[in-house]
Amino acid sequence: MKIGSARDDALYMEELSQKDTPVHRIDPRAKIIVNIFFIFTVLSFNRYEISALVTFFTFPLFLMVSGDLPAGYLTKKLLLISPIVVLIAVFNPVFDRETAFILAGAEISAGWVSFFSILIRFFLTAGSILILIASTGFYKVCMALERIGVPSLFVMQLLFLYRYIFVLLDEGARMVRAHALRSFSDRGIKIKTFGSLLGNLLLRTVDRADRIHSAMLARGFDGSVTLNRRIKFRTSDAFFVVFWPVLFILMRRYNFSELIGSFFLRIF
Amino acid sequence: MSDALVSPAVGGMFWITTSAILWYCSRKLREFIGSVRVPLMGVLGAFIFAAQMINFSIPGTGSSGHLGGGLLLAIILGPQAAFIVISSVLVVQALFFADGGILALGCNIFNMGFFPAFIAYPLIFRKMINKRPGKPMIVAASVTASVVSLQLGAFSVVIETLLSGISSLPLSTFVLLMQPIHLAIGIVEGVVTAAVVIFVWNSRPEILGGLKPAGSASISMKNLIAVFVVAAVVVGGAVSWFASSNPDGLEWAIFRTSGSELEAPEKSLYSHLAFFQDKTSIMPDYSISGGGSSEEPAWPDINSETTIAGIAGGLLTLIVTFLISLTMRRKIRPSR
Repeated sequence: MKIGSARDDALYMEELSQKDTPVHRIDPRAKIIVNIFFIFTVLSFNRYEISALVTFFTFPLFLMVSGDLPAGYLTKKLLLISPIVVLIAVFNPVFDRETAFILAGAEISAGWVSFFSILIRFFLTAGSILILIASTGFYKVCMALERIGVPSLFVMQLLFLYRYIFVLLDEGARMVRAHALRSFSDRGIKIKTFGSLLGNLLLRTVDRADRIHSAMLARGFDGSVTLNRRIKFRTSDAFFVVFWPVLFILMRRYNFSELIGSFFLRIF
Repeated sequence: MSDALVSPAVGGMFWITTSAILWYCSRKLREFIGSVRVPLMGVLGAFIFAAQMINFSIPGTGSSGHLGGGLLLAIILGPQAAFIVISSVLVVQALFFADGGILALGCNIFNMGFFPAFIAYPLIFRKMINKRPGKPMIVAASVTASVVSLQLGAFSVVIETLLSGISSLPLSTFVLLMQPIHLAIGIVEGVVTAAVVIFVWNSRPEILGGLKPAGSASISMKNLIAVFVVAAVVVGGAVSWFASSNPDGLEWAIFRTSGSELEAPEKSLYSHLAFFQDKTSIMPDYSISGGGSSEEPAWPDINSETTIAGIAGGLLTLIVTFLISLTMRRKIRPSR
């Protein structure tokens, strides 16, 4: 990923999280808990499951549409990171060649079934995480993590990291641009140059930490970061926390795709 | 590691392991809360984030690489703080770029945080530097430590994937695929880490306080053993649970609440595949073929009707959800 585009990407996610929709208004703790439940349920299926997994798209789809999040952008983001998963999954058809079933005259091997099962798992889990962040924002997620009981030192680390990512991505991008302007071909950065380039960035970072610390002390920093935004757990949040997990358990138990499908096939 | 390739048992077990290590590190660092270390750790995390996106060209190959940063962090901050910083970088990557995933986060933190911070740095890098501090040794120690930590990390990925049983890759093939690639990555990582460390060593050696012989950042053997024991107990406990005939946590929970194991509808694609899983799975009892079902369908029992039903039903569900979600959109207020 190019250093500039990474910054724009994170900024856009932050922008999406500023919207005001029913999904954005749900308590971040509720969203995190339901998300974790969702991921566990999806991943608990055996590796040849496809049709039952498809029904689980209801959750991310619902959040995406009612949260007014751009489907095209999220899909593109998922596709960009999918090659690693595909690279591993593609070995399943190679090593698992037994016939699973015949569809429209073509033999489908078990390896292909598990290949598509892995892809569906990937889109479900990675998609739901992106939607969680795009509809909540990082600060609120951190706040919720602290309330849930994550050590405050770690939450503080996450907040600091996130705050300075944009600054350092900017600084790094400027250094790369400066290097590009002074080198005549686009051969890339040599290792020797890279050492001093990154070393310089590191020194600036350490100095920056010193300045930040002085500024924090001047403002009365006593070792704890206070998040001055209140979150309230409402009745609708309770409904959210109960409704979805119950639905997930039902979808885990009964294959709704097949049930609904065979019901309709019987009618027509 | 990616969520799509990990099973709840393996993911959960590594979540517990890394949470325990994180908790240990947070406790260890409590005395530094309020000191310059807090912003330093935060900003260094952002630095690693930025550094991972600056590429350099690898001579003679035409390809490019970037810094991973685990070892570099351990050299600057010491093992515990480095582990926390690496974890925080991985959390942000998992959330913002869906890189890896939530369930696999424990695995990823373990693979990329534990090995450089608690193995490669204290047991290899520091031991070598303590013998003969100096620039040639920085290069040798960085390369050795990076290679070892990446080999261990890569092997750990292989083990986690195999234990999860989602991928069909055999052990030997996967090892042959992963280890050589990570040998190359490890050497490059070591050279680049050394280049950065030597630059800082030349211009501002005080930042690398830990590189002096018998520095303060060393980790006691007692604590290291304690971490290992905790990890071993957790891993051992979870593996035995995994290998037992009990199904995974969720099924177990459902079993407890409903009093029956999940039963797949008979004559479904599911039950055909469950047969398969019995044959191929490393844990035959894991499958949920409805233990007591009397007739085992003939293999291969092709029933394309249920397959089509499955596809049609799935699509229908999604369309209905989409329509319901659309009605929710009326409640959307304009952006702030």
